[in-house]
Amino acid sequence: MSSDQSKTQNGSEQKKSSSDLTPTSISKKTESITPQFEGSLINQLVTRFGDKLVQVIYVRPGRTKILVPPNEIVQVASFIKDSLGFDHAESVSGTDYPNDNQIEVIYHLSSYSDDKLSSQILALSTRVDRNESRMPTLINIFRSAEYHERETFEMLGVYFEGHPRNERFLLPEDWADIPPLRKEFRIKGR
Amino acid sequence: MENEQRIDETISRGLEIVKEAEEDRLMTLSVGPQHPGSGHFRFTIKVDGDYIVYCDPDPGYVHRGEEKMCEYRNFIQNIPHLERPVIHDSTNITYSYSLAVEELANIQVPLRGQYIRALASELNRQVYTLYWLGIYGIFLGHSTMFMWPIGDRELFIDLLEALTGARVTHAFNIPGGVRNDMPDGFEERCLRQVAYFEKRLAEYEDIFYNNPLFRQRTEGVGILTKDDAIKLGVTGSVLRASGIPFDVRKAEPYDVYNEIDFKIQYMKTGDSYARSTVPFLDMKESCHIIRELLDKMPKSGEVRAKLQPNPKGPAGESYKRVESGRGALGYYIVSDGTPKPYRVKLSVGSFRNMLALPFLLIGSKLADMPSIYWSLNYWPVEADR
Repeated sequence: MSSDQSKTQNGSEQKKSSSDLTPTSISKKTESITPQFEGSLINQLVTRFGDKLVQVIYVRPGRTKILVPPNEIVQVASFIKDSLGFDHAESVSGTDYPNDNQIEVIYHLSSYSDDKLSSQILALSTRVDRNESRMPTLINIFRSAEYHERETFEMLGVYFEGHPRNERFLLPEDWADIPPLRKEFRIKGR
Repeated sequence: MENEQRIDETISRGLEIVKEAEEDRLMTLSVGPQHPGSGHFRFTIKVDGDYIVYCDPDPGYVHRGEEKMCEYRNFIQNIPHLERPVIHDSTNITYSYSLAVEELANIQVPLRGQYIRALASELNRQVYTLYWLGIYGIFLGHSTMFMWPIGDRELFIDLLEALTGARVTHAFNIPGGVRNDMPDGFEERCLRQVAYFEKRLAEYEDIFYNNPLFRQRTEGVGILTKDDAIKLGVTGSVLRASGIPFDVRKAEPYDVYNEIDFKIQYMKTGDSYARSTVPFLDMKESCHIIRELLDKMPKSGEVRAKLQPNPKGPAGESYKRVESGRGALGYYIVSDGTPKPYRVKLSVGSFRNMLALPFLLIGSKLADMPSIYWSLNYWPVEADR
């Protein structure tokens, strides 16, 4: 299965340390099995920003995941919105990788206004340092990310610079523990 | 760009009024969490006379940490607790989870299994929408519209009980298919109930949707334009009421939906009336889908793929979505190759539609608050997860 290949590569890549996060070899290998439409999206991004800035993690039918550095994410997101036509964020989630000392923040972007894109999800991801987890907010580009970012702030402790309310949302007001979706937070008795 | 400014201006205008007006002129009201209609959800509003000038949603009263719980259980053990956020739509909320796990572990579902779970999720959509409609009726003081849908909902609950063995929380969809095959005579029973229900829908239309009082309270109230809907990223009936024909079942057909012939129901006005009518039209369309599913279903065969006791796949990730009663319901699952997921994220329609609440409430009358709030198809427990 061709999609399996890309999965395994992606998985083994995640376990490596952060310095090895340059999956150029992966992107070259996946290109041969890349569906055409998704491939053209990737080509536009890579032509605009170069493959150092925008790294392709995997491409599957309808799903594309790219990794960009946190300080460039605003620029890339504006390009995705204005030139590629993705107009809203379906979900913003964070994943904690204590072994890499990083937190990955992923925006799953989709489109209502462009029919061709309606089956597509572009996962725009970035990795921030776990101890100094700050990144610029994208709510000025994707307004729909507002509450999702706020949730990511309280669940993983990622501070979104420029977000008007990095505050409690779902957790109790008197929550005085570490952000619960970090891996060192353990459920009692487990 | 212009549109973005408009949204920001609406919200900041609200804040300005609060700042400028003398404090004693404004009244702060806390709606919920004890309000009988709001569910487990609270939002604070400030009113200047009749008009709402500020709104701040405060969810989290039923936050259960579903996403964290998932990391401690294996892929199969996760199913019963993942349906808790929306017990009235429990088949749909486990549907996309199953799809995502199947993609990760590379499981093929037998064709009859695909049909049965599509059927179960359509029946469950009716159950959810009827419950929602009943609450909407009581919200607007229309007690007949509370009694009728809750009564008719029992028909579908009985059907689902016959199919799955449980009334509300079925845990019926599992990675690999469904737990069991349909009982004998289920098809005839299902067709009979649907035929009866379609007659009832016509009566709903007469007593509720064509009721002048209902129309007065909803028409032209809380208008969400097409551009704003895209900008705020709303989903489901709220999106389709604003003139965007987007339905995951059509946009990205999962399982057998690409073989089903149905139309996306949408309206263009974007007011509370459209938002409350689109789910009703969806119920009508769902009746067609149920008939078609029963018609095209293979008459025998496996309903569930054989799995190893603790299914797991290679490390990787998957994002799958289905159309639930409240719109697109997505699961993002990261697996590290063990039988337990590394990270599970639910992207639910209610959480996404909540962003439209302050936007629509600011500037509208307090009396319109119930009809706007419940028309957003917001299920507090699902938003909190």
